[in-house]
Order: sequence, then structure tokens, then C-alpha cells
Amino acid sequence: MERVHRGLSDREAGRTAVLEPASALATARAGVWRRRLTSRAAAPYWQAAPLALVFAFFFVLPLVVMVVVSFWRYNEYSITPALVGDNYVSVFSGCVAELPSLCLTFKTYLSTLKFCVLAWALTLLLGFTVAYFLAFHVRSLTAQMALFLVCTIPFWTSNVIRMISWVPLLGRNGLVNGFLITAGLTREPQTWLLFSDFSVVLAFVHLYTMFMIVPIFNSMSRIDRALLEAARDAGASGWQALWNVVVPLSKPGIVIGSIFVVTMVMGDYVTIGVMGGQQIASIGKVIQVQLSYLQFPLAAANAVVLLAAVLMVIAAMTRLVDVRKEL
Amino acid sequence: MADTKRKTTVVTRRDVLKGAAAVTGTAILGAPAFISAQPVTLRYLGTAVNQSKEIAQKVKADLGIVIEYVPVTTDDVSKRIITQPASFDIADVEYFQLRKLIPSGNLIGMDASRIKYADRITPVFTRGEVAGKKVGDQGTAPKKVFYLEGKSSTKFSATPTQWITLIPTVYNADTLGIRPDLIKRPIGSWSELLNAEFKGKSSILNIPSIGIMDAAMVVESLGLHKYQDKGNMTKAEIDLTTKALIDAKKSGQFRAFWKDFNESVNLMASGEVVIQSMWSPAVTKVRSMGVPCIYQPLKEGYRAWAAGFGLPKTLSGKKLDAAYDFINWFLSGWAGAFLNRQGYYSAVLDTAKAQMEPYEWAYWMEGKPAEKDIKAPDGTLLEKAGTVRDGGSFEARMGAVACWNAVMDENDYMVRKWNEFIAA
Repeated sequence: MERVHRGLSDREAGRTAVLEPASALATARAGVWRRRLTSRAAAPYWQAAPLALVFAFFFVLPLVVMVVVSFWRYNEYSITPALVGDNYVSVFSGCVAELPSLCLTFKTYLSTLKFCVLAWALTLLLGFTVAYFLAFHVRSLTAQMALFLVCTIPFWTSNVIRMISWVPLLGRNGLVNGFLITAGLTREPQTWLLFSDFSVVLAFVHLYTMFMIVPIFNSMSRIDRALLEAARDAGASGWQALWNVVVPLSKPGIVIGSIFVVTMVMGDYVTIGVMGGQQIASIGKVIQVQLSYLQFPLAAANAVVLLAAVLMVIAAMTRLVDVRKEL
Repeated sequence: MADTKRKTTVVTRRDVLKGAAAVTGTAILGAPAFISAQPVTLRYLGTAVNQSKEIAQKVKADLGIVIEYVPVTTDDVSKRIITQPASFDIADVEYFQLRKLIPSGNLIGMDASRIKYADRITPVFTRGEVAGKKVGDQGTAPKKVFYLEGKSSTKFSATPTQWITLIPTVYNADTLGIRPDLIKRPIGSWSELLNAEFKGKSSILNIPSIGIMDAAMVVESLGLHKYQDKGNMTKAEIDLTTKALIDAKKSGQFRAFWKDFNESVNLMASGEVVIQSMWSPAVTKVRSMGVPCIYQPLKEGYRAWAAGFGLPKTLSGKKLDAAYDFINWFLSGWAGAFLNRQGYYSAVLDTAKAQMEPYEWAYWMEGKPAEKDIKAPDGTLLEKAGTVRDGGSFEARMGAVACWNAVMDENDYMVRKWNEFIAA
């Protein structure tokens, strides 16, 4: 807060400096510098400085450290500065030699990518539907707010408890299997319901649909209702209006929601671990295991590769829509 | 990491009164009162399972030392010791981790002459013997890493010296846990873990260094391979072991893997799994939920583990003295009895015996049927009168140890292959 105040007072100072006659300006270099720092042009930099500093210290610096460490050497109990590519070689070892069968890293990324696509498609479908209902079918603001709160109910308990509570529901002796058997739909309990790809995707959808709803709802609530009336007047059917008016105008929300979901799924290992019964690999899990065995440089190299992969996905998504322009 | 939260011992009004009484008492006797007036705090780094509130309270009452628990996971204990050696005053470490920790120089040798009961520590640690007989020493057996060449040495000594790496706190012999009500037949061998009869109903723990040893017990029991040392495999042996695991996984043998205590309890209690690697307190927990569960002794023997107190090199002065006082107190019986009653074993058996009821000692340590109901330290019923402990006596259980938790020379390669197994 203090910095923000200083920023403001600097701007005040800048304004007075500009308004004063030029005689005071032609002094020492320090004066020139002071003028530069307090001039109107410098004001935005001062205003951005606090956040930039926080960002540099808590984001850029750790990131740089991670990249640097990924080139270091390590043994069981220490890491030593170096500039070697061993860790990257190790990350991709066997990836060429073992073709056509996939190496550990490719296999893990492929599996993660599969979860990304499934979770993304399902959360998008659900999130869009819910947001559409909230934005266009619920007229009163109070009802919208109330329903929004209902959407957040799953977030009232911790992530881990939410996931563990699936076990008595989907397990071999769980409620769903109990129902299926008493209803005569199956004889044997269905084991694919839990500790499987199905349960992982289910948990992701449960956890992350909210992250789709919010930005899409936000975009939708800005759509001018007159546009929909115009579409109707021009003879568009309900689906045509949806596809040609609502979807294009909701694109920024869709992309922001997608970025949320995809990045969270890419880095997740807790959900995949618990819901997949620890049987399904994820990059996060690989990194966690390496960290717990004190293989910091190797874990850093894996993290750099993961970061690159996520950035590529995000770059691809933002190419579809210029989020900044649309906002 | 929710389990890294700090637990601080709360000082109640009664403690304050007790402290005040102690101060007055010592002051009257003319002893230096400032020691009691300013209690020393020891930051105790370890896993939550070993950090009982009761022990901290008893130490406070007996010695006036405040124990501040820093509960983290086993892996994080090593990470802390290596990266933040000044963040704790005493560490509860597993012996197998020493092969990583001692070379870092962050732990120092403890002076045996300051440990009152040093010569009465069970020979399981000092010589690798139970009742005069050698037990299995594959893996990082405690006797291999028990002594250091010197106080600040980073080399282990094969022969006894004055410098001890860790003073043992708890140790035990691990085996498979089973659900007798769902299996309905006797189980006697590690090979049953991969028996097709339990397809989709078995589990193994997903902690690479321990899981691979359980897998090796299975592989050897199936007759696929005889290891030179299960705790120090060659690359070829690691390949062979993980291949056996991958084949089993692909055929749908495993229901799930588990990583922490509670997961293993859930898997077993819910009936998702009927046979799996397990830890002793988890079996007790399942049983206390009213679900039948046996910690099954197997003919190939047990995989053992042991933990102990280590001191950081940064410790000095009053804190160092307090740490030695605490360790001496720990070995003097009360804590040992407390741990024995949970199904662990304590380092100095005779001092613990003096603090236990004869019927308790007979049940927990001698493998005899319980004369009376067996209760946990908090008073809950563990076993009804007449029950016999799974695996029997101390000598029968610790005497049948086949291997110890370990860090392999090919650790990196093993972790890599284990990750491939998880991804398969």
C-alpha cells in the first residue's frame, strides 16, 4: 500500500514539475534524473513497480532458478553447479531408441494429454450449458446469485475430502454398485467405476467445471440482449442464434476457462493419484517422486519440459482468440 | 502438504503450576532455579506416527523439556536434514536414509559415553542378532550404519566405536496384511500377492524404495530369481523385478497402490483389496474398525525397518545437553513401554519391561495369549483376552527378518524403472 501511495504522490510531483517554468530544470544531472523519475511518463512505471517487484521476486526468480538448476549435477545428497544436459537426456532417454513403443516421458505426456482433452471437453460442455442457463434463462439477479452459490457448494470442503468421498460411492461395495446389483443390472460389482480412467475424469469434471462456468458466464452476461432479438428478427432459429451469436461472443470466456482447466489438469498429480489408485502416471507424480529422492536437477528438468508443453498448449489456444482484444 | 503443519505442545495452567512448584522446590534445595524457569525447547523433526502427544507431555513433566513436534513425511525428513539442517534440534530418522544423510555431514555421531543405556540397546542394532542368532541383513541393516569412525566422520565403521549414528526409537517387521474373512484360506507365502486368485484385489505400496523390496520378496518366493541382496540390486535385477510387476499390473492384478497409511486402511477396510503390503498400525486400525484383518507371518520372513534419533551438527550448549537428557529419558522405560503397547518394539527392552504389566509384556513381546483385554495407550480396546499377537513373540518376529529397508547403489535407476511401472 505504501508503494501505491508513493506512486500517486510521484504523479502529483510530476504534474507540478511539468507546470513549472523551465529555469529550474537546467541544473545538475541529478536534477535531470529526478525529473525523469518524477515526470508524467514515468508514472505508469511507478504504478506498475510494486506488482512487478512481487512478480519478479516470487515468480520470475524461482523460474530462473529452476531453469538454472535443471542443468546442474546431483548425487544422493548434494547438487553441484554445472552446465550439463544430462538431466534432459535422462528425461528423454529411450524416447528415440525404443520407437515405435513409447518411452516413459512420452507415455506419461500422452496419458496426461488424454485426460486434458477429456476433462476439457466435458467441463466445456457442462460449464457452457450451466453458464448459458444462468445468463439467459434466469432473469432475476438474486436468483442468479443464489444459483451461483449453489455451484460453489463442492468447494466448501477440501479437495482431498471431496476425492476420498468417491470411494464409498463408486467402490466395489459402494452405493452405485449396490444399486446396480439390487436393480439386477449387473451380477458382479463393476470395478471400472473406481481407480480407473473413468474415475479420474469424473473427479476432474467435478473439480473444474466451476472454472469454466465463471469466465463463460462473465462473457455471456456482457452480450447485448438486443443482438439475440435481432438474430431472432432476422429469422435465426434458437440453435443458429446460439451458434452464430452467443458462442462467438463467449469465446474469451471459453478460452480463459479452457486455460484454467488445461493447466490444472497438466500439473495435477493428487487427483490422478487418489482417483487412479496411484496406478496412473502423471508428470506431476514423476516430479514429486524425483523430489522426494532428492533428485532436484532432474525434477527441475522435468518441470521445464512440462512448462514448455503447457505454454505451447496455451499459445495454441490464445492463437484461436486474442483474449486481450476481446476483453 | 497438509502434514507439515507444526504441532506445538500446549502449556496448560496445570503445567505452569507444576513448573512453578518445581521451581520453588529446586530453589529451596539450592539448585540453580533458572534451568526450570526457562525450559529448553527441542524441535523434534520426524513423521507424525512417532510423535505422540503423551510422550511430549511426559517429558515436560519429568524433565521440563518442551518438545515441539515438526511432523513431515519420511521423504521430507531427509530433505530437511540435507537442505535445512538448522531447522530442527533432534531428528527421528530411518536407518536406511543414513546412506544419503551421513555423507552430507549434517548429522553428527552421538557420544556413547553420554548415553546411559548405550550398552543395553538390543543386539538387533549393534550386532544384527536376536536371542543370539543372526537375522537377515540384506538391505541397509542397522548394524551396517550404526557406528561412525569419528564424531564428525562421514564414514560408517564396521566395528563398534564411541560414535553412534542414531539411537533407536522404534523398529518393526513388516509383512502382508490380509482379510481372512474374504480370502477364507491360509496364506503362507509372499508369492500370494501375485496369485491370480486375487486378481484385481491386491495392492502394493507406491514408495519406490520400499515397494521394490516387497516385490523382490514376491519374485524370490515365486522362484523367478534368487537375489544376492534384495536391498542392493544390480540393474539386471531391477529390470527383472519391475518386469514381474509390470506384467502383473497389465494383467489387472492390482486394484490400486497406496502411498500413505490412511489409504492402506481405506483399501483394506472397504474390501477393495484383500491382500496387500501393510504397516502394523494400519492393521490395528482396520481391526479397531471391527473389520477382520491379519498381519500375516510368511515363510520367507519379514521386511524390517528401524528408526532412531539423530543430532544435527549445529546443536550445542544447553540444547545439546537437553537432547542427550531427552534421549536418555526415552531409553529409560516409559516411552519404550508406550511404544511396545502400540505394536512397535523399543530399543532397550528390559527398561520397557519394568514399565509394563506382566500380562501386557506376555502378549506383546512373548507371543502368549492375552490374559486380560489388551488396551491401547489411550484406553481403547485393541484385543480381547485370549488373542495371540500375529507373528508371535519378539524373537519369532524379529528373528525371521529377511531384509531391511534400503537405499540401493542403483537408486536412480530403480526410481526410474519404478516410474515406468506406474506408467505401464
